[in-house]
Amino acid sequence: MEELSQEKFQELGQFIDSLPSKKGELIRVLHKAQEIFGYLPKEVQYFVGRKLGVSTAKVYGVVTFYSYFTMSPKGKNHISVCLGTACYVRGAEPVLDEFRKILNIQGTETTPDGKFSLCSLRCIGACGLAPVVTVGEKVYGRVTKEMVAGILAEYK
Amino acid sequence: MSKIQTIEQLNELSNNVKSLLSIREQGEKSDDKTKADIKAIANGSKEKINILICGGTGCKSSESDKIVENFRNKISELGIQEEVKVLKTGCFGFCEKGPIVKVLPDNTFYVMVTPEDTDEIVNTHIVGGNKVDRLLYKNTETNESISDSKHMDFYKKQMRIALRNCGVIDPNNVNEYIAREGYKALATCITSMDSQQVINLMKESGLRGRGGGGFPTGLKWEIASKNNADQKYVVCNADEGDPGAFMDRSILEGDPHSIVEAMAICGYAIGASMGRVYIRAEYPLAIKRLEKAILDAREIGLLGDNILGTNFAFDIEITFGAGAFVCGEETALIHSMEGERGEPTMKPPFPAEKGFWGKPTNVNNVETFANIPVIILNGAKWYKAIGTERSAGTKVFALAGKVNNVGLVEVPMGTTLREVIFDIGGGIKNGKKFKAVQTGGPSGGCLTEKDLDTPIDFDNLIAKGSMMGSGGMIVMDEDNCMPAVAKFYLEFTQEESCGKCTPCRIGTTRLREILSMICDGKGTMEHLDELKRLSGVIKDTALCGLGQTAPNPVLSTLDAFYDEYLAHVVDKKCPSAQCQKLLEYVIIPDNCKGCTLCARQCPVNAISGSVKEAHVIDKLKCIKCGACIDKCKFKAIIKR
Repeated sequence: MEELSQEKFQELGQFIDSLPSKKGELIRVLHKAQEIFGYLPKEVQYFVGRKLGVSTAKVYGVVTFYSYFTMSPKGKNHISVCLGTACYVRGAEPVLDEFRKILNIQGTETTPDGKFSLCSLRCIGACGLAPVVTVGEKVYGRVTKEMVAGILAEYK
Repeated sequence: MSKIQTIEQLNELSNNVKSLLSIREQGEKSDDKTKADIKAIANGSKEKINILICGGTGCKSSESDKIVENFRNKISELGIQEEVKVLKTGCFGFCEKGPIVKVLPDNTFYVMVTPEDTDEIVNTHIVGGNKVDRLLYKNTETNESISDSKHMDFYKKQMRIALRNCGVIDPNNVNEYIAREGYKALATCITSMDSQQVINLMKESGLRGRGGGGFPTGLKWEIASKNNADQKYVVCNADEGDPGAFMDRSILEGDPHSIVEAMAICGYAIGASMGRVYIRAEYPLAIKRLEKAILDAREIGLLGDNILGTNFAFDIEITFGAGAFVCGEETALIHSMEGERGEPTMKPPFPAEKGFWGKPTNVNNVETFANIPVIILNGAKWYKAIGTERSAGTKVFALAGKVNNVGLVEVPMGTTLREVIFDIGGGIKNGKKFKAVQTGGPSGGCLTEKDLDTPIDFDNLIAKGSMMGSGGMIVMDEDNCMPAVAKFYLEFTQEESCGKCTPCRIGTTRLREILSMICDGKGTMEHLDELKRLSGVIKDTALCGLGQTAPNPVLSTLDAFYDEYLAHVVDKKCPSAQCQKLLEYVIIPDNCKGCTLCARQCPVNAISGSVKEAHVIDKLKCIKCGACIDKCKFKAIIKR
């Protein structure tokens, strides 16, 4: 698998070795690992555990505790629908449902062709634009159910 | 930049850089009703002009970066860079009307500017000397253009203390902060006060923690200062987890040095030389600005060893959170900083005794810190006089939801909800009826019409069954279904429950399940009793604040909207027509033209009827997907 290449492990290893102390640095290392690999599959978790001298169970415990860490790769275009309260009361839920319907995915996952992945998140702080959807870096504001197909078409 | 080694050098620098802000301060003092427009560059005027563009996350989402770029290109194309300075600032607060562009010295506040508008602003206003009326804010009642933000309803009742520099200075330029008396409070503390004097001043000011708890800040500092240890820590909680609250992020983005300065003051007061900011990884812009601020402060010697020639040493590091609401709780936050799962532990011991790596640790939130330098400079009396008897000062609210003017609002404590929602917020969107306002995020409660004239402060909100929290304020209108809102919050707390204690882990799950059943029409009267009883148990027995406050949205909506719960449970109806499973789709025969569009759209063939005759929906077959209602051109289909 290219995405788990030797170079990437080497880069992560060098980062860990460069830390002045390994004490308490697990979350920092996982942030770096996710930056390098894009996600945190079990191979990466084993590697981090061994390098830091902590059990893989502990690594897994931390990875699953925090919503920022993910164990599955994201799609080419990552869609986030904000489900913060401001977006919720202005109708974010029907928007999320519409994305699911069109992409034919259930929860928050990646389409089989790897083109799109979908997730909901809690507040990016652009409440003036609620409901907000982001695709990669691009932000769409005041999104309605009717706009969803058009947004997706931009990335087809 | 050379290091500042004495307080005299800091004062000297402050005087030297004052000119950076002279145009903006002149503008702030001016009044658009009396002052003429800026002189047109076309007439050979060399008057200096500043163009400020909001670089906060909200406006950036609407391409404010592109606006900055377009302005810069146009200005250099015309060769007037000497006269016109283009600056990216922090948040102006009026997010509803973003992106905001402000032209000074004539204090012109342009709203909803697009990258295509920049040429017109430069040609008409900067070069031509006339304001672009089309981009000015319009009074909602009279439709009159208002060009000075001081005269807008949104700003009239506001008092900006924590947000004093947001939208005024360039957050990436430490000199602009110093020109606004930045680092003077730190200098005063370390050169002419002892630590107990600083603590006493904080105590007298009456400042209470803005992160949610409302614990007196001075007292917190005193406890930490009295615990002796070889190392102590100052922690800034920037893990703003309340969905719908964004004041901490805006402060970090718009005025990062105020946090650096305040943390150093706190370090001096409690005897700590190390500071840590625990910040959400989801706030990339705030992180970038804060990192730059820390580096700059180090470079000019306002962080590091022997600050301003004294023995005081202080430095700050940044730790990234990874998205866990519970980490807003002090002990959970500290465990997360240590690289562990962010699970809370029993208090005592309080962090002030045993915190980060077992050392005395003082945790304050961003907004609390942002108030501190001004309090030191203006004195405890000045601050105490603002706000109410037991809640001094101002509070920043993130006003959002179904309100006309979404944005960041800073008002003195004691302002009423009505003033915030109707005067500042401009009332409810689309002329709908106000139903409730949720304060305090997922830990807070819903307040209704009868609470609108309550002066907002820590104690009043708790007495009403809600809380201040971090200052989220979500307005709801008649279309919002309250049991569904309670379910939404419980989905949040259940997902965010760390799982350590049973009352929270299992309790919030059961609450959510019951609320789901009620919204699906499967609720019973016993369920309503169960909700109350279970909520009481969770409140009494959960380990930390997250669990203890999780039932608040349920209890407050049950209390204020019992009728609505009854409608769901007894009549199996959702009065706001929000709960899909309780809806009924009906065709009004008089409006139906028999175009057959809906029948062709229906995925389950539940609609029947002949061409040019009224159609009928078969309730037993209908799956309530809403496909028909979206297609009907004659508004013949309604849901009820």
